[in-house]
Amino acid sequence: MASQLLDGNSAVIVGALYAGCDCFFGYPITPASEILQQASKFFPLVSRKFVQAESEEAAINMVYGAATAGHRVLAASSGPGMSLKQEGISYIAGAELPCVVVDICRAGPGLGNIGPEQSDYNQACKGGGHGCYRNIVLAPSSVQEMCDLTRKGFDLAFKYRNPVIILADGVLGHMVEPLKFPEEAAVPSIDTSWAVAGKAETRGNLVTSIQLNFDELETHNLKLQAKYDRIRENETEYDGYRLEDADVILVSYGISSRIARSAVDAARKEGIKAGLFRPISLWPFPEKELRSLAERGARLISVEMSEGQMREDIRLASGCRPVELVCRYGGRLIELDAVMKKIREVA
Amino acid sequence: MAARERVLGGHPGLYAEFPRKGGAAPTATHYCPGCGHGILHKLIGEAMADLGIQDRCVVISPVGCAVFAYYYLDCGHVQAAHGRAPAIGTGISRAEDDAIVISYQGDGDLGSIGLNETIQAANRGEKMAVFFINNSVYGMTGGQMAPTTLIGEVTSTTPAGRDPQEQGYPLHISEILDTLKAPVYIERVSLSDIEHIRKARRAVRKALEIQKDKKGYAFVELLSPCPTILRMNVQGITKFLNEQMEKEYPLKKFRDSSAEALPIIRPESDYARESLDRIFGCQGEVCIELLKDPDFPAKGVKIAGFGGQGVLSMGLALAQAGFGCGRFVSYYPDYGPEQRGGTSNCSVTISGQPIGSPVVDHPDVLVAFNRPSLEKFAPMVRKGGVILYDSMAGQFQGPEGVKVISVPATEIATEHGAIQAANTAMFGALMQAGNLGLPREAYGDAFRVTFAKKPRLIPKNLEILEAGAVAVRVLEMAARK
Repeated sequence: MASQLLDGNSAVIVGALYAGCDCFFGYPITPASEILQQASKFFPLVSRKFVQAESEEAAINMVYGAATAGHRVLAASSGPGMSLKQEGISYIAGAELPCVVVDICRAGPGLGNIGPEQSDYNQACKGGGHGCYRNIVLAPSSVQEMCDLTRKGFDLAFKYRNPVIILADGVLGHMVEPLKFPEEAAVPSIDTSWAVAGKAETRGNLVTSIQLNFDELETHNLKLQAKYDRIRENETEYDGYRLEDADVILVSYGISSRIARSAVDAARKEGIKAGLFRPISLWPFPEKELRSLAERGARLISVEMSEGQMREDIRLASGCRPVELVCRYGGRLIELDAVMKKIREVA
Repeated sequence: MAARERVLGGHPGLYAEFPRKGGAAPTATHYCPGCGHGILHKLIGEAMADLGIQDRCVVISPVGCAVFAYYYLDCGHVQAAHGRAPAIGTGISRAEDDAIVISYQGDGDLGSIGLNETIQAANRGEKMAVFFINNSVYGMTGGQMAPTTLIGEVTSTTPAGRDPQEQGYPLHISEILDTLKAPVYIERVSLSDIEHIRKARRAVRKALEIQKDKKGYAFVELLSPCPTILRMNVQGITKFLNEQMEKEYPLKKFRDSSAEALPIIRPESDYARESLDRIFGCQGEVCIELLKDPDFPAKGVKIAGFGGQGVLSMGLALAQAGFGCGRFVSYYPDYGPEQRGGTSNCSVTISGQPIGSPVVDHPDVLVAFNRPSLEKFAPMVRKGGVILYDSMAGQFQGPEGVKVISVPATEIATEHGAIQAANTAMFGALMQAGNLGLPREAYGDAFRVTFAKKPRLIPKNLEILEAGAVAVRVLEMAARK
């Protein structure tokens, strides 16, 4: 095993290639462009396939095509580009195709700016496009997790034949940290039971999301919902820090969770029993785990770089208990002092 | 009985019956009588069967009446979002080099919402056969104006006829694609009557032969009857195609370079771990385990200057120095609004424990290469901290409780004949006076990684590193006196 200092966007490409990802299709957008650039460099070195697409829509539809052929395929973008990709992601979800899309979230709405934000939470976790569907959403909080969750994303995408979104932000994309390289490299194979790959075994297969017959679509949609229930049951993931005796619990993901973690330590030094609940799967949201903590009577604070998009899920998970909010949006990180002020308020 | 009609079933390349369609007539299509889609399905099916390529074929069905092409053609199928078929075809073709991609599209799909995808896939010379049904109108959505609607033609959205002043002119897709270099084959044919269909049959076959031979992009535009939407009978629609459509869209073989074109063959993907380790430079590298050490205090360093002064590379070198010692490190290049051409700065944190925010707001050490950076960040330095700045920035009075050292970094670098290495001299000053808790050798060791691609530069940089440290030591000794 080797380790190197690497930036988060490059770590995505490391994770993808060791996960057996065969194709990358992308379009330039700050602050995700390094993923595209690194893909253009490294994919061809091992004869994997890279195309710089003409648009975000084209890129996600190239993903749809390669996923149709049963291959492991990656795309990356940022807020405005993710908005454009939603059509394609809806089709991918409807046709039950596996893929991983990385969202290096920037500040919005509109063109906004290229600073970090976590305001794509809703469009990632609530479907985002048209129709009743869900993406599996994983939120890394370090360069290591940018790599590891990308790899895990492929496993989940194929296990459930579902799009997986890696939701990160501009800081995670650009920051450099030590990365332990994966020890194993996956050698994928095509599942000929559903893929359409231009082979004799797949000649009878069909990939589609059209179900013109209302009853058939209803049946299909119920099947999707049953799948989402299985995902909810089996794939929630979170990380707890000093939760054992905590009576003030910060709920935070991604880059914000690192500031929250520092705040937990600082609060403990002041004698406040603070802890951090960090959802790693944002969808499925770790509701049960959070609910049991809330039922213990701990006060909850959502620390997020959006206007409270995740707070709504915390509120629901906690059985509609009050949830305080420390947030910032516009391209700047939340400052430790702001978190501390709120902790002292509620403690 | 309708159930015993044999409209398409049993034709070469088509399924004998159409169970995906369902309903009472297992061999009848859902297409209207007189529609061109059924004819084109037969031509494609027959060519696939004759060329023996059905296993390899993947037909992409568009949005529109042909969305159900998968009811009929006996091959692999995928259904596309409106206009996106060429992008999907690109994905399939790149993933599966042996797949034969057939993109089947109508005029709204290909010429309007998907025009970008159409042109770009053609321009890349993707390996696909595109069959373009041009019937001058949107069919399935109810007869709206298409990009190919003729001037004066009445549609459900041009009730007074297409007026070029308002709706522009009919779009000539084959002519547009003929301006591109990559396509191997472009032809416009018609499905109006038997004589035309014979020529269309040859064009369809040609496009698929090109795919069989992996020679690249082939485009066949087919003027096609839509009697239902255009409210015409058989004679009327035939006349419309032969006289009005052909006048606007002359039948022509625009290009056929299939004889000269070479096959495009893409290598198989390499999934070996050894190959990945090699491209990422991991071979023989050892894993540095990070040590949790609560006694090692976290230190934040801010490095700032003009773009080009080596601010970011010095930050990376510092992070590498800490990492080399098994410390937790983070480096973050701050792209502010001044990203292009202005100042740049980065944050480096070195710690004995996992690091919170990688952005250093209140540095323990500020390294400033120019005056604006010095003035901007000096007030944020923690009490007890250190400011190192390039002497070129002039005299500077730091905040109370902060040690300020003017480092002749540019001067040292110039003396050593490497003016661009002022950051290395500053790195030496940091080694000497930064109080970061790293052993001295860590700084020089970092160069082995940061100069991995230019190892010949290492000795000179080690020299300048030491000179930077000496300069600060001399200053410190002078101050003590």
